[in-house]
Amino acid sequence: MTDRRPAGLLAGYDPGGFHCELFGSGKRPAPHTRIVRERLEGLSLAELRRRAQAAERELFNLGVTFTVYTSREQIDRILPFDVIPRVLSAAEWDTIERGVIQRVTALNRFIEDIYHEQRILRDGVVPADLVLGNANYRPQMQGVKVPFGNYVNICGVDIVRGGDGRFYVLEDNARTPSGVSYVVENRHLTQRAFPDLMRNIGVRSVSNYGQRLIGQLMELAGGTDRGPSVVLLSPGVYNSAYFEHVFLAREMGVPLVEGRDLIVRDDYVFMKTTAGLQRVDVIYRRIDDEFIDPEVFNPNSLLGVRGLMRAYRAGKVVLANAVGTGIADDKAVYAYVPRIVRYYLDEEAILPNVETHICRESEGLEYTLKNLEHLVVKPVGESGGYGILIGPHASRKALAEFRRKLRADPGNYISQPVVQLSVCPTVTRTGIEPRHVDLRPFAVTGRSTWVLPGGLTRVALRKGSLVVNSSQGGGSKDTWVLE
Amino acid sequence: MNNLLSRHAECIFWLARQVERANSTARILDVNETFSRNARGEHDWESVLRLYGDEENFRATERRPTADAVIHYYILDDHNPNSVLSTICMARENARALRPLISTEMWVQLNGFHNRLSRLRRPDLKVENLNRLCSYIKESCQTHSGITAETLYRDESWYFHQLGRAMERADQTTRLVDVKYQVLLPQPSDVGSPIDEAQWNTVLRSAAGFHAFRRVHPQSMSPARVIDFLVFDKRFPRSVAASVLAANQHLHELRLTHGHMAKRGASTLMRRLTALLAEETADDLLAGGLHEGLDEMQAAIAGVTNALGREFFLLAETDDVPRGSGEAAA
Repeated sequence: MTDRRPAGLLAGYDPGGFHCELFGSGKRPAPHTRIVRERLEGLSLAELRRRAQAAERELFNLGVTFTVYTSREQIDRILPFDVIPRVLSAAEWDTIERGVIQRVTALNRFIEDIYHEQRILRDGVVPADLVLGNANYRPQMQGVKVPFGNYVNICGVDIVRGGDGRFYVLEDNARTPSGVSYVVENRHLTQRAFPDLMRNIGVRSVSNYGQRLIGQLMELAGGTDRGPSVVLLSPGVYNSAYFEHVFLAREMGVPLVEGRDLIVRDDYVFMKTTAGLQRVDVIYRRIDDEFIDPEVFNPNSLLGVRGLMRAYRAGKVVLANAVGTGIADDKAVYAYVPRIVRYYLDEEAILPNVETHICRESEGLEYTLKNLEHLVVKPVGESGGYGILIGPHASRKALAEFRRKLRADPGNYISQPVVQLSVCPTVTRTGIEPRHVDLRPFAVTGRSTWVLPGGLTRVALRKGSLVVNSSQGGGSKDTWVLE
Repeated sequence: MNNLLSRHAECIFWLARQVERANSTARILDVNETFSRNARGEHDWESVLRLYGDEENFRATERRPTADAVIHYYILDDHNPNSVLSTICMARENARALRPLISTEMWVQLNGFHNRLSRLRRPDLKVENLNRLCSYIKESCQTHSGITAETLYRDESWYFHQLGRAMERADQTTRLVDVKYQVLLPQPSDVGSPIDEAQWNTVLRSAAGFHAFRRVHPQSMSPARVIDFLVFDKRFPRSVAASVLAANQHLHELRLTHGHMAKRGASTLMRRLTALLAEETADDLLAGGLHEGLDEMQAAIAGVTNALGREFFLLAETDDVPRGSGEAAA
């Protein structure tokens, strides 16, 4: 414990040996959260619950929801919101911010290199087949120029804090990362429900994300004599992240379009408006590569725009993120990121990776098979926490089954030790209890990179669970970065 | 500023129509329960089916046209595309697609309205609760109009919303007049009888026009006067003429302020309808055959809708590339 033991509302709270975001740990106390703790301790559990319920009801009424469609009906769900904030000190944030900027910079240099000279492959720093044989490698991008050489314009870096109180990168999201709308909406909710908790603390604002994003996207368009036309391309109302698309379009003040609203003529992209066709210069697309152009990728895609890749390759439209960024956030390539940082920037990674074993390499596979019950094994192609084996929580039968899968297709997996994810006090049915959290800061890159001060803190609401994904019973918290 | 996406223009036009349709349905059910009785003093719920041309469809439900069955059919039946629940469901789906454009308040209200409707169960529809329920529906539809007027930015989306609302209202009023008149006509002996007068009162009340009508015509109640009021009175907000005039005005402003003067199709049709309503009287309409006359108006309204579709919603796939678009290469 730290400078003070939990009292009042937090009396009896025990982080159970994990690093706690509010109380710190023996080695790393958290003096910056003292005032927040004191204010929380002054609230009753009943009061906290009442405000939490009101907050969640508000999210529902405002439609800050994702929609689950069944054959008979549609159910709007909110991402459960936990009212106790996660608080980061200015110093902690400084590390994260510098680390994220460094990482995004290196990933962009890497992607640019791969789609042009491939020096890093020739120099043997990253195995060529790992990249060129990757399902997310897009040969169509070879030689295509993108503005400022920056392919990943919007990046979400998943960061965890280990038992040692240090931050580690668990995963990069360089394709179409989502969650930023919750960062802003959670903050607005906290401001309404807990003005007393926030007063005079000096929490850095997150509400200008939309302005920063549109600014960077306009920068990507370069100069046009019309003023660049930016749109957000969504798969539509049936997409589970539709609310976020609405949110971002509104915050930026740009049209929210679907594939059917766009058309390509003579390699230019237009949107269909009441006044006819209007040019589009920049598309912030929230559709995966495979679906954006049936002419080039999945021919059955109804979500995309026929001819979009032609326009893109001709330099007549900017896509953010660029096509082919999946090679940078692949879980297999992830293992090489510290080396990628060193190779391009001649720096050590400010945010280290979690120790990772690559099962395509025989040592990695052997180690993984031998220590399976202690490891987390992830398929490299999946996202959303699907197909993950958590060794210590798996039955003997599940372990045996997974060994077979591993041997059959080792190249598809990486393994990592179970990270002792930090915890944060969380309102549960039985009171205030520790729950594991991670952090996804969002970085926006036009000419240079800017990181939203905060990020999405996801919380595994099930006791003991380490899986924070919203599709797997996760919730979220407001994330405060102190001035 | 960008012009509105064609898809969004169409969505908001229909969103407004759907809410207005729900409003009109609630009015008709409510008034029918309270004021409409046939010669034997019974509620005549089949007249509502006739009004919407739903006799066939209702028969398919294999229920007798009792109060409960008809009320359920028009409020909660999700197989009936014109039930209040169905129309508000569609309105909400349109609103969902329009969320980047409409105000949060518009979405919250419509979403709440929909959620409450979808929680209704049969007991909530009992005749003794009907008036309260219909009031809730009407008020919710009016709240939608109010919030829209108070919060929606007055760009193209506003004009399409107002157009949709006005045109739906014009259409609903022609149907109300048409069906009631047809129902009444076969019994010439009833003309001038208390039953006849009660029927016309019902029609006026459905359109929230009873008291206004009385102010204009304190003495007499004749079919021609009621028709004149509901179809031609420009000062009565639910009349066909007032609605068409409003639609005409919105279309004119839309074209003028958003660069659509070259689009003449819908506008020409709309002006023709406006002129017709300005020139004709109820006597002309009756002389030429009321049903035929109203049919013509409905066809004209549908014609305008189709023309709007061609000109604004369904972007032609050919040679519509604006001038000078090829120049600004990146």
